[in-house]
Amino acid sequence: MQLLQQLVNGVSLGAIYALIALGYTMIYGVLRFINFAHGDVFMVGSYMGYFAATVWVSHFFPVGTLPNTILVFLLAMMICALLGATIEFLAYRPLRNRPKLTVLITAIGVSLFLEYTGQLVFGPNPRGFPAIIPNAPLIHTASVTINTVQVVVISVSLGLMIALRVIVMKTKIGTAMRAVSFNQQAASLMGINISRVITFTFIIGSALAGAGGVLYASQYPSIEPLMGILPGLKAFVAAVLGGIGNIPGAALGGLIIGLVETFVSGTGASTYRDAIAFGILIAILVFRPSGLLGKREVEKV
Amino acid sequence: MKSYYSLLLAVVVIIGASFLTPMLNTYILGRIMYIGIMISMAVSLNLINGFTGQFSLGHAGFMAIGAYTSAVVTTWASTHGGSILHNNDPAMFLVALVLGGVLAAVAGLGVGIPSLRLRGDYLAIVTLGFNEIIRVLIQNLDFKIDGVDYIGGARGFSVLPMTTFVWVFITAAVVVFCVENLVNSTYGRGFLAVRDDEVAAEAMGVDTTKFKVRAFVTGAFFAGVGGGLFAHSNYNITPLDFTFLTSIDIVVIVILGGMGSTVGVILAAIVLTTLSESLRSVPQYRMIIYSLLLVILMITRPQGLLGPKTLGRLFKRRQKPTVDPVKG
Amino acid sequence: MTRYQVSRRHIVGTFALLFASSALIWGCKTAGGPAGTEIPVGEFASLTGGTATFGQSVHNGDVLAIDEINAAGGVLGKKINLLTEDDQSKTEEAVASVQKLVNSDHVVALLGEVASSRSMAGAPIAQLSHAPMITPASTNEDVTKKGDYIFRICFIDPFQGQTMARFALNSLGKKRAAVLTDVKQDYSVGLDEAFKHTYSTSGGAIVSEQSYSTGDKDFHAPLTSIRATNPDVIFVPGYYTEVALIVRQARELGIDCPILGGDGWDSPELTKGAEKEFNNTFFSNHFATEDPDSTVQNFVKKYEDRYHSMPDAMAALGYDAARILVDAMKRAGSTDSAALRKAIAETKDFPGVTGHITIDPNRNASKPITIIKITEGKFHFAQRIGPEGEALTPFQP
Repeated sequence: MQLLQQLVNGVSLGAIYALIALGYTMIYGVLRFINFAHGDVFMVGSYMGYFAATVWVSHFFPVGTLPNTILVFLLAMMICALLGATIEFLAYRPLRNRPKLTVLITAIGVSLFLEYTGQLVFGPNPRGFPAIIPNAPLIHTASVTINTVQVVVISVSLGLMIALRVIVMKTKIGTAMRAVSFNQQAASLMGINISRVITFTFIIGSALAGAGGVLYASQYPSIEPLMGILPGLKAFVAAVLGGIGNIPGAALGGLIIGLVETFVSGTGASTYRDAIAFGILIAILVFRPSGLLGKREVEKV
Repeated sequence: MKSYYSLLLAVVVIIGASFLTPMLNTYILGRIMYIGIMISMAVSLNLINGFTGQFSLGHAGFMAIGAYTSAVVTTWASTHGGSILHNNDPAMFLVALVLGGVLAAVAGLGVGIPSLRLRGDYLAIVTLGFNEIIRVLIQNLDFKIDGVDYIGGARGFSVLPMTTFVWVFITAAVVVFCVENLVNSTYGRGFLAVRDDEVAAEAMGVDTTKFKVRAFVTGAFFAGVGGGLFAHSNYNITPLDFTFLTSIDIVVIVILGGMGSTVGVILAAIVLTTLSESLRSVPQYRMIIYSLLLVILMITRPQGLLGPKTLGRLFKRRQKPTVDPVKG
Repeated sequence: MTRYQVSRRHIVGTFALLFASSALIWGCKTAGGPAGTEIPVGEFASLTGGTATFGQSVHNGDVLAIDEINAAGGVLGKKINLLTEDDQSKTEEAVASVQKLVNSDHVVALLGEVASSRSMAGAPIAQLSHAPMITPASTNEDVTKKGDYIFRICFIDPFQGQTMARFALNSLGKKRAAVLTDVKQDYSVGLDEAFKHTYSTSGGAIVSEQSYSTGDKDFHAPLTSIRATNPDVIFVPGYYTEVALIVRQARELGIDCPILGGDGWDSPELTKGAEKEFNNTFFSNHFATEDPDSTVQNFVKKYEDRYHSMPDAMAALGYDAARILVDAMKRAGSTDSAALRKAIAETKDFPGVTGHITIDPNRNASKPITIIKITEGKFHFAQRIGPEGEALTPFQP
C-alpha cells in the first residue's frame, strides 16, 4: 500500500512549507509586498542551527540531547528574528509608501545578497546537518514507516502554528497587527505604532522561517547557501493558494503543495514537479486570486 | 517619418563599424555582442515593465523559447536544408530568428492573458512561474532526427555559431526603433496610460486589456529574437541558462536604466556588463556587490539613473521647458 | 528647469564615471602580464554559483599541481602562470571566460570545465584558436568530439554505467535492478542510459525507473514507488548532495538492498551522520584516498596540508589534468600549440593519482575504474576494472 506512505511523506513536507508560508503571509498581510528574501532567511536559519548544534551548544550539551535540540531551535529562531528585523530596518523601512515594485526589487536584491554572502561565508559546499533529533522508526510495517523526525517536524510545526494563532488573535500586539493589515491609515489614527507592528511582524515571521530551516535541515540533512530559493518560492505558492494574508490558509496551502508534490513524484513524473507547483499557482491566481480561504477583495477606485 | 532616417543611419553606422571589428580581439568583440543582445532583451522588457507598468519576471522564458526554436531551425537546416535553406545562409538565420520570435510571441499572448486579472507582485510571481515552467518543459525535451540531437534536455543543445556583430546590432537598432516609435505614437500613449493610472485610462476609453496583451506579445517577440542571437553566440545552451535568475539580470538592467527610459536602459546594459567584467578578478564578491548596488539604488534613486526619459528628450537640450503633466 | 538640467548632467556624469572606471579596470586587467618569462595557462571553472563545489575542488587540484611544478623550477626553464576565470556556473560566462583567456591573455593551453555543457561551450573557441584544452571531469561523450585540440582525462559516462551494470550482475549477482536518475544532470542521464542498456542486454531486468531533480530534498515518493517493485539492487547515478539524502531515506523506508552509484558520490560529506545507512553501497570512482599507491598517498598528504580537508575525485582530476599538460609541454619541448597538441595526444601510461592514463585516438582517457565499497562511513577499495571491462582485481566483498 503505497498511498499511505506517500501521505505521510507529503504531510511532513507540507508542514515545513506551511511554516515558511506563514512568514510570507504575515508580512504580506501587514505590508502588502512579497518578501523575496524570506527563503534566504530560512537558509540562514538552518546554518545557524548547524553552528549552534555543532559548535556553540555542543560544548555544554552533546548533539542529540534534549537541551541541545531546544537551544538550537531557540538560537536559530532568535538570530533569524534579529536578521529579519535588521533587513526590515535597513532595506524596507526607507521604502515605506513607495511603489510596491520598488520594494519587490529591493527584496530580490536582499535575497541575492544573502545567497551570495552565504556562498562566500559558509562556502558553496553542502554540509551534513547533525542529527539533533535522534532518528528511529516509530511505526514500521510493510506498507508504512513513520520515524521520529517526521513526527517531531509535524508536531513542532503544528505547535508553532497554534502559538502564532494565539498571538495574532488573543494578544494586544496581535490585535494591532490585524488592525494594520486591515487598514494601515486607520490603525495609525487609532494610535497604533505602525513601525513597531511591522518590526514585530518581521521578528515573528523570520523566527518561524528560522524554525522551519532547522526542521527542514533535520528532515533533509544537507544544507547549502542556495537551499532557500526553491522552498521559499514553493512556500509562497502555498501562501497564495491558501489566500495570502490568511494564516490558516497558509497552513492549508503548505499541506496541499506538500501532498501534491509528493504524489506527483511518486508517479514517476518528478521531472515535472516544479512545473506543477507553479502551474497550480497560475491556475489559482487566474481562477481564484483570493486563494482558497481568502476573502475576495474589490479594488476601490 | 524622420525616425526612419535615424534607423537607416544606425544601420549604415553598424555596417560601417562591422568593418572595424576584425581589429578587436574576439573576447572584446564577444562582450560587445553580448551587450548588444542584452540591449535587445532589456529594451523589449522595458516595453512591458517600464512603459506599460506590468511587472514581468519571465523574460528569460521568452528568451528560452526563441533560443531553442531558432536553434532547432538552424540545426535542421544545416543537416537537411538542401536547396531551400543552406547552412550559414543569412536567410536561413533570419527565418530561424523570426520563427523563434513568433513562438515566443505566442507564449507572450499566453502570459498576457492571465496578466489581465493580475497586477504588481502577483503578476511578477506568475511570470516567474511561467519562466520556470518553460525551463522544466525544455529540460524534459530530447529527441533525435536522423542521428542528430535536438534540444538535448539537461545535457544541452549544441548550436552553430552564427551570430555576428551586424546581426546583433541591427536587431538592437530595430528593437529600439520599434519600441520608441510604438510608445511615442499617439496610439502608443495607451501603454503609458495603463502604467500611470489604469482606472483612469479605462475611464478615458483606453482598452487597457489590449495594450497589456500587446506589450507582452511585442516584448516577447523581441526577447525571442534576442534569445536566438544569444543561442547562436554561445555554442551550447542548456535550460539552466534561462532560469528566473536570468530574468532578474534583465530586470536589473531595466531598473538601473530607469523604467521607461530607452536610452537609460541601453546605457545600463553597457555599464552593467562592463562592471561585471571589471569584477572578474573578485568572483566571490561580484554578485554581492551587484545585489548591494540594487538595494542602494532602490532606496536612493528608485526611478533608475535616468528616470522616464526617452531618447529624444535626452538629446533635445534646447527644447522648451514643459510642465510634466504627471508630476505637475 | 535649471534643476532638471543639473540633475541630468549629474546623472550622465555618474554613468560616464562608472563606465570609465569599470572600463579602465577591465582594460588594465586584459593588458599587462610579463611575456616571455612565464607560460600562461588558462583555467575556467565554476568558482561561484550552482556547481561551485565542484569548480572549487578542481581549482584546488590545479593550483596544487602548478605550485608544485613551479616550486620545482617550472617547465622549459619558465614558471607557469595559472590564470583562472570564474564562469559563475553559467554557459555564457564560460564562453566569455574562454574568449578572454584565449584572445586577451593568450594562454598556451586551457584546463576546464567540470560540467560537460560548459566544456562544450568553451571547446569550439579553444579549437578555433588551436589552444589545447584538457577537461578534468567532463564525462559526456560529445565533449571531445568538438575538435582535435580537446582532450579529457576522465572516463566517459557510458563506461561508468556499463561497468556498474556488469558489477551488479557479475560481482554482486543481482538480477533485478531499479534506477533513480537525476534528470537535471546530463551526467546522471548518461550513466543511467548506459547502465540500463548493458544491464538488460546482459541478463538483468530493470524493474523500476524513477527520477528526481538536483536540489530536491525529499525522495520518499520515488523511493516508495521503488520499494513496491522489490528490486535486488538500486542504481543512483547522482551527485552526493542528493545521494546523501536518498540513501538515508531509502533505509528509513526499509529498503535494505545494495545501492550503487557513480563518481558523483565521491565526497567526504556523503556519509556524514549516516554511517550505518551507507553500509552495503558501492560506487565507481577515479581513485580511492586509501589506495596504498605512493602517488595517491603523496597527493592526499599534500592536499590535506594545504587545504585542511580530504581531496575528492574532482581535486584529484584537476591535479592530474594540470600535471599531464605540463608533462606534455616537457615532451614537446615547446609551448607551440601544434606540438603541444601532439604531445598531449601521445600521453601514454601517465602515472596519475587517478590511475595510469593513456589518451586514446578519440582524445579520451583510457584508464581503469575503481569500485569503492562503503562500510561504516568509510570508503574501501573493492575492485578495479580495466578500460575494456575486464576485472583487474577480484571482487573483495
